[in-house]
Amino acid sequence: MREVDIIIIGGGPAGLSAAISCKREGIDNLLLIEREDRLGGILNQCIHSGFGLEIFKEDLTGPEYAKRYITEVERLHIPFMLKGNVLDISQDKEVVVVSPKGLFKLRAKAIILSMGCRERARGAIGIPGTRPAGIYTAGQAQNLMNIRNYMVGKRVVILGSGDIGLIMARRLTLEGARVLAVVEILPYCSGLPRNRVQCLEDFKIPLLLNHTIVDIKGDKRLKSVTISKVGKRGGIVPRQKREIPCDTLLLSCGLIPENELSRKAGVILDPETSGPIVNEELETNIPGIYACGNVLQVHDLVDWVTLEGEKVGKSAASYVKGGKRNYQWIDARAGSGIRYIIPHRISTERDVEVTLRVSRPGKDKDILVKDRNRLIKKVFFGKVNPSQMIKLRLNKKELRGTKALWVSLR
Amino acid sequence: MIRDLTCIVCPKACKLKVEYSEKGIERIQGVLCKKGQDYVREEIYNPTRVLTSSVRVMDGDLKLVSVKTNRPIPKDLLMKVMDVLYKTKVKAPIKIGDILIKNILGSGIDIVATKNIKGNG
Ligand SMILES: Cc1cc2nc3c(=O)[nH]c(=O)nc-3n(C[C@H](O)[C@H](O)[C@H](O)COP(=O)(O)OP(=O)(O)OC[C@H]3O[C@@H](n4cnc5c(N)ncnc54)[C@H](O)[C@@H]3O)c2cc1C
Repeated sequence: MREVDIIIIGGGPAGLSAAISCKREGIDNLLLIEREDRLGGILNQCIHSGFGLEIFKEDLTGPEYAKRYITEVERLHIPFMLKGNVLDISQDKEVVVVSPKGLFKLRAKAIILSMGCRERARGAIGIPGTRPAGIYTAGQAQNLMNIRNYMVGKRVVILGSGDIGLIMARRLTLEGARVLAVVEILPYCSGLPRNRVQCLEDFKIPLLLNHTIVDIKGDKRLKSVTISKVGKRGGIVPRQKREIPCDTLLLSCGLIPENELSRKAGVILDPETSGPIVNEELETNIPGIYACGNVLQVHDLVDWVTLEGEKVGKSAASYVKGGKRNYQWIDARAGSGIRYIIPHRISTERDVEVTLRVSRPGKDKDILVKDRNRLIKKVFFGKVNPSQMIKLRLNKKELRGTKALWVSLR
Repeated sequence: MIRDLTCIVCPKACKLKVEYSEKGIERIQGVLCKKGQDYVREEIYNPTRVLTSSVRVMDGDLKLVSVKTNRPIPKDLLMKVMDVLYKTKVKAPIKIGDILIKNILGSGIDIVATKNIKGNG
């Protein structure tokens, strides 16, 4: 069986930057495996701009951002395999791949999971009515329109105000479709403010907050959806129902880490993020298996995905080279008002950057970092929003002697 | 005149009420930094956007090449530029940064490719 020092699964921005980082750390025997016929991941279909503002201080489109890293992978002669679908990973790090050339087994010293995320359809499953043609997830529609040159419809309703839905509202409008409404059950928009302004307000597309879809009609093709206002306690307000004739419904109900492989390998997942539980090296419960990018936590900006990949590359390279391992991990926990915190375990021996998301939007809030009753750090935020990833740097001096880290919102 | 604006310069996304006339901005309600003030002036008097879209490709490994305007264009030109893009077809191979349409609609702005497309020959 072929032996590889580090196998990286998934050639999106996370995998690309992880591979580059491994190589720069001196690992030459590595392999990047991607199941599509090109590198770049989901960025290939994200043809809008807004990528790279943090890292390059430039406003790039998805494919342009990806190209910078693909060029670097090629320049460094990093081995990669296209059309390679990883089917299985075992606890002892045997990787099964199927490609047009056949079925392979490889053994790795370390594995980096960077398979990205998939789209939730959960928000739609409970809707009564028929299941005609014309219903897509927002990402499927993005792929059809931007890669395959297939126009999904003419009169469109979008369920959910996630960023991909907002981006698609604009894309469809520019291509001549009418987007009749973006329907959001929550009292606030889940996408970034920039997208709300430039994708909806620019084109006067109505955003209906506190609304949901209660019925779908149509035999072969979608004919209409019925929307309703949602009351304070989550119930439907019957007198505020309205039927909207349309031929297409897009679902933009959030993303969820792609974790089938992680589960097969015995990686323990955090029920809140649906991604692996990791320590400060971004290592899972299985020594030598690491995770980065959207497979770990759904990111708001691709720049953070890239930085996470870089960090993972360093960790995995250090593992292969026999670097320090005997840390005393302490738990980092999400307290009230905080949805999750990553990493889940920290060493307190080094400076560490933690990422977190709040549970609800709020104004004039403090994020408190505590060791039981000792306040380690307090950071003020004029505004907090669940759509935004918050990063905090904690230095080892502040952390010294900490038994358990609690982060909460006040 | 009065307009409600959301500043999108940073993630704080400040909500603003802007009072203005042809001559200039009279009053802005809501917190505002220097960058935000510039944004408001642009948004009121000369709103522009970078347009991203795609153009059909002949003889390429993909059917579409993604494109963008090389600079922000006036907002009211968006749909007119889309009409031109809709009628355009380009031949592979194409490289990122290639100018596909020069000086579109006499605006001084070019349409450039944002993806590499290989020829399928
Ligand atoms: C439809 C969609 C649209 C998005 N739009 C935006 C946006 O506009 N702006 C933004 O900032 N973020 C967007 N995101 C979030 C975006 O995914 C991240 O910013 C970034 O692309 C995540 O990078 P990644 O490398 O973790 O995942 P991805 O880019 O998804 O890359 C994962 C790669 O792993 C490969 N893979 C998965 N499983 C296997 C396997 N078993 N074997 C081999 N290969 C495998 C996939 O083919 C893919 O290429 C979007 C996400 C989705 C799903």
